[in-house]
Amino acid sequence: MLRLVVQRLLLLIPLLLGLSVLLFAWVRALPGGPVTAMLGERYTPEAAAAIEAEMGLDQPVWVQYGKYLGQLLQGDLGTSLRTGRPVVEEFLVRFPATMELTVVALVFAIGIGIPLGYVAARRAGSVVDHASVVVSLVGVTVPVFFLAFILKYLFAVELGWFPSAGRQSTTMVATHPTNFYVLDGLLTAEWDAAWDALVHLVLPGIALGSIPLAIVARMTRAAVSEVQNADYVRTARAKGITAARLRGDHILRNAMLPVLTTIGLQVGLLLSGAVLTETVFAFSGIGSFLAQAVFNADYPVLQGFVLLIAVVYALVNLIVDVSYGLIDPRLRRQQ
Amino acid sequence: MSANELPPIDGAPTAPLHAPASIHGDGTDPAGRDTAGEGVWARAWRTLRKNPVAIAGFVIVALFLLVALLAPLLAPFGPHELPGRGEIRPTQIPGPSADYPLGLDRYGGDVLSKLIWGARASLLVGVLSTLLGLAGGVLLGLVAGWFGGWVDVSAMRLVDLMLSVPSLLLAVSIAAIAGQTPWSVIVAIAVVQVPIFARLLRGSMLAQRGQDYVLAASALGLTRRSVTMSHVLPNSVGPVIVQATLTLATAVIEAAALSFLGLGGGEPSTAEWGRMLTAAQQELAVAPRLAILPGICIAITALGFTLVGESLREALDPRNRTRR
Repeated sequence: MLRLVVQRLLLLIPLLLGLSVLLFAWVRALPGGPVTAMLGERYTPEAAAAIEAEMGLDQPVWVQYGKYLGQLLQGDLGTSLRTGRPVVEEFLVRFPATMELTVVALVFAIGIGIPLGYVAARRAGSVVDHASVVVSLVGVTVPVFFLAFILKYLFAVELGWFPSAGRQSTTMVATHPTNFYVLDGLLTAEWDAAWDALVHLVLPGIALGSIPLAIVARMTRAAVSEVQNADYVRTARAKGITAARLRGDHILRNAMLPVLTTIGLQVGLLLSGAVLTETVFAFSGIGSFLAQAVFNADYPVLQGFVLLIAVVYALVNLIVDVSYGLIDPRLRRQQ
Repeated sequence: MSANELPPIDGAPTAPLHAPASIHGDGTDPAGRDTAGEGVWARAWRTLRKNPVAIAGFVIVALFLLVALLAPLLAPFGPHELPGRGEIRPTQIPGPSADYPLGLDRYGGDVLSKLIWGARASLLVGVLSTLLGLAGGVLLGLVAGWFGGWVDVSAMRLVDLMLSVPSLLLAVSIAAIAGQTPWSVIVAIAVVQVPIFARLLRGSMLAQRGQDYVLAASALGLTRRSVTMSHVLPNSVGPVIVQATLTLATAVIEAAALSFLGLGGGEPSTAEWGRMLTAAQQELAVAPRLAILPGICIAITALGFTLVGESLREALDPRNRTRR
């Protein structure tokens, strides 16, 4: 198990190196060259000279890349042009928000998707089966930001059941030791703050969760349909095993493997979707900050966030791969 | 040697997807329209014609295509016209009326006209970007599958690299270089699709390589080029074509997302579905229809392409092959 983790972590190195080359080239390919692109209307000869010196633009390209890589290795991803703060800092401040949102989205997707897919497969042709097809189609065809609009309009603007924007009510006075607002509320025993933060997560969480929900339901349905006809399921049933054990130990556990893979791959989609969902709900995570960075041509933020998000994405998939062993003992032996 | 001459084995996943028609050497075309037996595409078409889901998909797609093509005839106003400019008040945006069947928007544009012109913009971006992405992906996959060795390895590392960044972020980064124009949205979405098509084609070519008919073609003394081009490639494109159809749906949605984020450029009043949603954000409480109408258009277009793609996948799947 440890060997697998180390192996996969080592594989991350060439990936990140490749990505750093692409991102390095990307900044230099920006329209009008890096200096003009980054400064835009803020252009002054002094600022231009400062950027040129920082990036070493008067030196050969490979020296520039070496410099960039050196800064990366020291955790220096540049400075936001708009806020003037280090990109890493901006990322770390907002990452907990996006992570909370992603977790809520995944809980929603898994909590509904797996039971839905399971029942759909076990009762093929039933109402639930048809419902699962509709859910899968809606998840693929309705743009996440449009769904966010609809939810916001119905449940926040019209019905007023949920807040329409932000991470916490502006009137809420709360301390934030970790920046995970729900967790903060629980840690500091400010229950109303935790509840308030959780309520703010519901609508964006559902909107964002609609993408993985469709795919999880679909994968579960396919996997369960295949597993339930397997010989070992028939044998188990013939042995007179209880329905609960048949369901849990024999069908679900075997069907979960492909579902788990898809969930890992969904995280990429979730991070893409977060850019849109967070924008609609004015939720201050990495997604909405990224959208603002696009809008303001804040290229260091864009460059740094892409790299950091790729790292997060790779790590999540690593965790998923490792967790196979927990579900499937056969793989544990191979590893 | 041809799959058509073998008894159909239900659920045999190793059966070549595509009946290798041209193996007969009688000049049948590589798309598999075999005069002697029925090719995979003919069979797929026969299945599709009977599938109500596929028909629904085709009807939706045809309808939107028609609207897009006939936009100048159908739309009451031009794409940049703001006929109701004088009727807009800060607190009030007039709803549906005789002059404007779906009402006005914040800028005084006729919503119906903008939706119709928007169909043209969205389909154009969707189709062009998918064609570009398909061309790039097929080229990359073909080069990788043909040469093998280090070319294959480096092509696939490039693919891995591109897939390591979530698609929308990749598209946003590319659009940032290309500048804020509709073209940059097309290029961005196309580039994002390249690795997907490349990996799919390469995988499906590798699977074909070990097939008996490839061995036979090589044994008959055909050059590597003609084996690849007229045997392996036509037999490998099935999954790629299915993916391309499904990608049209994603491309329409991603195009809307990119212009929603303001990367498509142009005025906020541009007649484009994603852009209309951006503008509708502020008006959600006053005029929700401004968000709902373009959103529904995007969803239905995507639904049409998805239904066609899914039924095509089903029709091409050798496991679902039916006997005549």
